[in-house]
Amino acid sequence: MGGINIMELDDRDIIICRCEDGTLADVKDAIHRLGLRSVEEIKRVKRFGMGHCQGKTCGKIIAQIISQELGIPYEDIKPATPRQPAKNIRLDKFANYNGGKNED
Amino acid sequence: MKINASCVIIGAGINGCTLAYELALNGMKDIVVVEKNFIASGATGRCGGGIRQQWSTPMNIKFAVESVHIFEKLDEMLNYKTEYFQGGYLILAYTDEEVNQFEKNVRLQKSLGLEVDIISAEQAKKIVPRLNVDGVKAATYCATDGHANPFYVTQAYAQKAKELGVKFLLDTEVHSIVTEGNNIKSVTTNKGNINTDTVINASGGYAHLIAKMLNIDIPVKPYRHEILVTEPVNRIIDPMIISFYHSIYFRQELNGGILMGQGDPNEPSSFNVEGSFPFVQEVTSKVLKLMPCLKNVAMVRQWAGLYSVTPDAQPILGPVGDFEKFIQVVGFSGHGFMLAPRVAQHLSNYIINGNTSYEMKELSIKRFENAQLNVDVNVV
Repeated sequence: MGGINIMELDDRDIIICRCEDGTLADVKDAIHRLGLRSVEEIKRVKRFGMGHCQGKTCGKIIAQIISQELGIPYEDIKPATPRQPAKNIRLDKFANYNGGKNED
Repeated sequence: MKINASCVIIGAGINGCTLAYELALNGMKDIVVVEKNFIASGATGRCGGGIRQQWSTPMNIKFAVESVHIFEKLDEMLNYKTEYFQGGYLILAYTDEEVNQFEKNVRLQKSLGLEVDIISAEQAKKIVPRLNVDGVKAATYCATDGHANPFYVTQAYAQKAKELGVKFLLDTEVHSIVTEGNNIKSVTTNKGNINTDTVINASGGYAHLIAKMLNIDIPVKPYRHEILVTEPVNRIIDPMIISFYHSIYFRQELNGGILMGQGDPNEPSSFNVEGSFPFVQEVTSKVLKLMPCLKNVAMVRQWAGLYSVTPDAQPILGPVGDFEKFIQVVGFSGHGFMLAPRVAQHLSNYIINGNTSYEMKELSIKRFENAQLNVDVNVV
């Protein structure tokens, strides 16, 4: 079967943030051209982790890429600031919230 | 670290970065920007991104109108796609007092050359068909108002400034400013000293702490201001919509997310930038009354930032205290992002050429000595 040789994939074809369609090329651009050094900065400038999953998928991958590209130990790379809500919730659920009584 | 700098800008938010760019563009060398965290990590990166010219004081209007002229050519000037979009601002009036105030505002705004109109609730509905206009007595609309992405705009200015030779020291915190008589000698940071005779305070919500280092009290206080954003939806709102009556604003980002914020008059002054649950409840219940179609749209994220507020909701520009070269670009009271491009040009002209413009005189700290302040009431 033909398939794709992942070793030959262009950085622009490797999706890192699936919510915002961010690629490996975008992460490397952020690190090397814009001089960004953290998951938080890359989130803000490139929108990684601003979509539906809020970085739950891409956050650790970006930390690994930063670690590789800048030679910083992975353990030393902080995640982006977590923001509420933990998962997406409809606006009317908040607007109609009555302290947890009679919830559907 | 030991550096000599012609000037040290404290803060790499929108005001620090626009000013660094303008100074470098106009020939100043050895500019150093000192930033505690990273570019746009404070108030700028947390702001709603609105670019509004509909203010109620001449200075806020003038700086905003002239900044819009810069925003209109910014992408080309800085070679960066900043998501600048002129979708207008629609401001809703719910009471007769508001209608009177808006008529006064529009007269002043028109006298300063802004194309803005009082429109009816029906006309407002034509601009945003899904808007619930129940109770709306009138509205003002300016088509050239809009918004841009604050990260991109700040990054764009910072990148160009770097290309022009400006040095950015990130993760660097100012500890003190060393003086001799009325002259500045150096700035002490956690990474070492920077020799300089000129310090620019562009530290947003922390401005009063920097001034305090020189024993100067400036009337600027930080207040938390909260925002949330939803998942992306189809294009349904072009303008930023404001209701002072409900203390809310909301707009749709270019990617489709709906961004909404609320001003809380009971918020105490603090450095708190945590999101709160009461905010989410309040802002969603108000916005859903105005835009019922959003009820099934999901919120994805909330955050908060600091407004640095002055008694008249206008910035403080220029030197303060006995130090001629301790220059403020502070106290924008929630509208720094939209005024910064033009303000930076005035300050750069002052710092490089010594020209104090009429606008800078008007916004000097000395105005607070007057009993009669011209307070901008168009704030949310």
